[in-house]
Amino acid sequence: MTTRLPDVEQLLEGLIQQIRGNIKPDTGIIGIYTGGVWVAERLHAALGNDVQMGTIDIAFYRDDYDRRGLQGSVKPSDIPFDVNDRDIVLVDDVLYTGRTIRAAMNELFDYGRPGRVMLAALVDRGGRQLPIEPQFVGAQVTVPDDQLVSLQRADSGSLQLSLRPRTEDKLQS
Amino acid sequence: MNIHIAGGRVIDPASGLDAQQDVYVSGADVAAIGKPPSGFRAERTIEASGLIVCPGLVDIAVRLREPGLEHRATLESEAAAAVAGGVTSLACPPDTDPPLDEPGLVEMLKYRARSLNLVHVYPIGALTQGLLGRKLTEMSQLADAGCVAFSQGDAPLPDPQMLLRSLQYASTVNYPVWLRPQEPSLASGGVAHDGEVATRLGLAAIPTVAETAAVSTILLLARETSARVHLCRLSSTEGVEMVRQAKADGLRVSCDISINHLHLTDVDIGDFESNCNLIPPLRSRRDLQALRAGLADGTIDAICSDHTPVDDDDKQLPFGEAAAGAIGLELLLPLTIKWAEEAGVPLVKALARLTSAPADLLGVAGGRLEPGASADLCIFDPTHTWRVDRERLRSQGHNTPFAGHQLKGKVLHTMVGGHIVYE
Amino acid sequence: MNQHPQLDSTGRLTHLLSIEGLPREIVVDILDTARSFVSVAERDIKKVPLLRGKSVFNLFFEPSTRTRTTFEIAAKRLSADVINLNVGASSQSKGETLLDTVANLSAMHADMFVVRHSQSGAPNLIARHVAPNIHVINAGDGRHAHPTQALLDMFTIRHYKKEFPGLRVAIVGDILHSRVARSQIHALTTLGVAEVRVIAPATLLPADVSRLGVHVFTDMVTGLKGADVVIMLRLQNERMTGELLPSAQEYFKNYGLTSEKLAHADPQAIVMHPGPMNRGVEIDSSVADGLQSVILPQVTFGIAVRMAVMSILAGGQP
Repeated sequence: MTTRLPDVEQLLEGLIQQIRGNIKPDTGIIGIYTGGVWVAERLHAALGNDVQMGTIDIAFYRDDYDRRGLQGSVKPSDIPFDVNDRDIVLVDDVLYTGRTIRAAMNELFDYGRPGRVMLAALVDRGGRQLPIEPQFVGAQVTVPDDQLVSLQRADSGSLQLSLRPRTEDKLQS
Repeated sequence: MNIHIAGGRVIDPASGLDAQQDVYVSGADVAAIGKPPSGFRAERTIEASGLIVCPGLVDIAVRLREPGLEHRATLESEAAAAVAGGVTSLACPPDTDPPLDEPGLVEMLKYRARSLNLVHVYPIGALTQGLLGRKLTEMSQLADAGCVAFSQGDAPLPDPQMLLRSLQYASTVNYPVWLRPQEPSLASGGVAHDGEVATRLGLAAIPTVAETAAVSTILLLARETSARVHLCRLSSTEGVEMVRQAKADGLRVSCDISINHLHLTDVDIGDFESNCNLIPPLRSRRDLQALRAGLADGTIDAICSDHTPVDDDDKQLPFGEAAAGAIGLELLLPLTIKWAEEAGVPLVKALARLTSAPADLLGVAGGRLEPGASADLCIFDPTHTWRVDRERLRSQGHNTPFAGHQLKGKVLHTMVGGHIVYE
Repeated sequence: MNQHPQLDSTGRLTHLLSIEGLPREIVVDILDTARSFVSVAERDIKKVPLLRGKSVFNLFFEPSTRTRTTFEIAAKRLSADVINLNVGASSQSKGETLLDTVANLSAMHADMFVVRHSQSGAPNLIARHVAPNIHVINAGDGRHAHPTQALLDMFTIRHYKKEFPGLRVAIVGDILHSRVARSQIHALTTLGVAEVRVIAPATLLPADVSRLGVHVFTDMVTGLKGADVVIMLRLQNERMTGELLPSAQEYFKNYGLTSEKLAHADPQAIVMHPGPMNRGVEIDSSVADGLQSVILPQVTFGIAVRMAVMSILAGGQP
């Protein structure tokens, strides 16, 4: 079975349309490292300067630390606004098990008590292991279990989705 | 019993003999080498072809830990280790608890050794009472009890005056004084050679000058008093050179090194290996080479094991807190063979440093394989390779820096006074 | 003893005993991870759940409130349970051996030991004898090593100077007795600075110290010339008078950092001190509190660096 992955620019266009009508001027957008930050940057640029943006690296909140330790280099999380009572859109590239989102929400709540938290994902490949659902989705995709979907960024800045075989039991979005 | 040792390579360093010969033991003595004495009828024949037959080894530094330190070793355990290592005579330093500073203690030790009847034990008496460096011991009476020399062990003498008096008195009664050269004020608190390794590991250091300052003082006072001085456990290039010069000047001085210093350097301390915490400290590669050269050219008279059993509780401590010392009775022969092979020294010459030379230093019989001599023999397989396993060594102490090493040379039979005490 | 005592068979850090022998990537990884923990400290809730359910034993055989406190804060910010043991006062005086103490604590399901000991190599001994799932951090042993202090110093240098290559770093003071200096030297050479200098009177220099890859100076002005980073070491009270030095005043005259001496360093040089400082002995107050001093930020970074080390050690094996 060959899987065709959708074009990222079209997905972004759809996401922007969905989000635009559903946010307030002071809503914060928080991208989850690494792919989610790229998507959030594009959303932020399209949604205008009133919307504030932050980034989150969930490495310190992952639920597989006991099994796998810290993986790779950890980026500092950076949320340059007060999250208390604010509407927040968490942004990730590929939504899968839901574990990343749980970790991101845990981290988010260590910054304060947001008014409302929404979730935007470029693609949703199903396979949820936690009761987490996105409010905004670029597309649903069907991918064989032995494949991983990931977002790449070229030197030019253009984004592209790709498939690769799963080499090990990696926590997926 | 009449024993016929057949077909071995017989090495007697004292006479220079190194040939395939048969050895005939009758009763306590060597009856003949080569042809059997008339009427000799062997009650036992030891087939020794491919093996080396040599005088039993004479180890001049073996801590038996008796009296007083029986939690570390006993005469029984260490005598068993000695004969397993081919050692038939040993000298023990006076640093027991209490030290060997009274004739009664020496007599008891001699008596215990005689009743055990495994190995000849030659105590070295304390030079000062309690090894405290303040009052001389009754050297004549200690000698009557069996002491062959006098020493401070590793305990320092407080000042040159006490050293001068000790040498004067010992020369009066004509006994040699054995001294480990170390100026205490220069070594204070140190546990490792003052070099790159100690600097990296942050270990308090003992500089070479702690040894050379002491050697210099000792040699000056030995010249002054005509005392017979033996320097124990040299460790440095400069120390060996000073002894070489003193010998050339005709001074009556001798010296030894431990088997550890013949093979190890401070680099072997590695990750704070406390079995390499030794007295004196392991020094640099340059020093190791100088010690080897000194041994080869005869500046250094003898090799000893400096056998020092330490219990695990006192060894499994941070390096600087661990008790110093290593065991070595069962490693003395293979490590000497290893040196001889690496240095290209003929076995007959190497074995002299373990037999006739140390016997002469002690002034005792032994260390010789000749008709009429006591049948103290060692028969070993020079090609047998074995791995040092801490748990299988016979010494009560397991503290050796050579654990896991592959060594060549395995003792198969040890004979003391015509009795086979180990095989 | 071929295997590196701090790395497992796959080359992962399993204990932190010394900087010596650590691959550069591991040092950089610790510094990078620490940067993320600095940002954690800026939040309302300065805690992450990484070490939830784990027990960190602070095993201090030598008293040190300051270092123990930073480790304690670091462990608590990682959500670990922290047990402080002032061992000098209890077990050791009852004759219990170091390894017995450790075995007893291991039986209480310790996950990590933070060890300070007056003897060089004590943490190495402990690391050799603990179960494979227990991690040991050296919090200072004798004169040997103080790796987390050196790492926080590297973090500070990187924070202010950005890059290590090209830097000239001068370490001034009691090199002989300093575990901090040894670890700094190894860290700086591992990170590839242009030059490490040590400046001290001959009585406070260890043998063959140049073999560690440093240039040795006994004259402070010469040694400071053009330095980008000046690290002052603490001079212990008991060493100020006696066989090593005549007096604190004389030491200050020759080796105390004043603005006059500092003027010989690069104008942009930063001044560091692992603390606690002896003002007027190794450093003049005007320098300690001056514009070039980064002594206070060092303390803040210390917690983040220790969090990084703990989180890198305690994670499961991939």
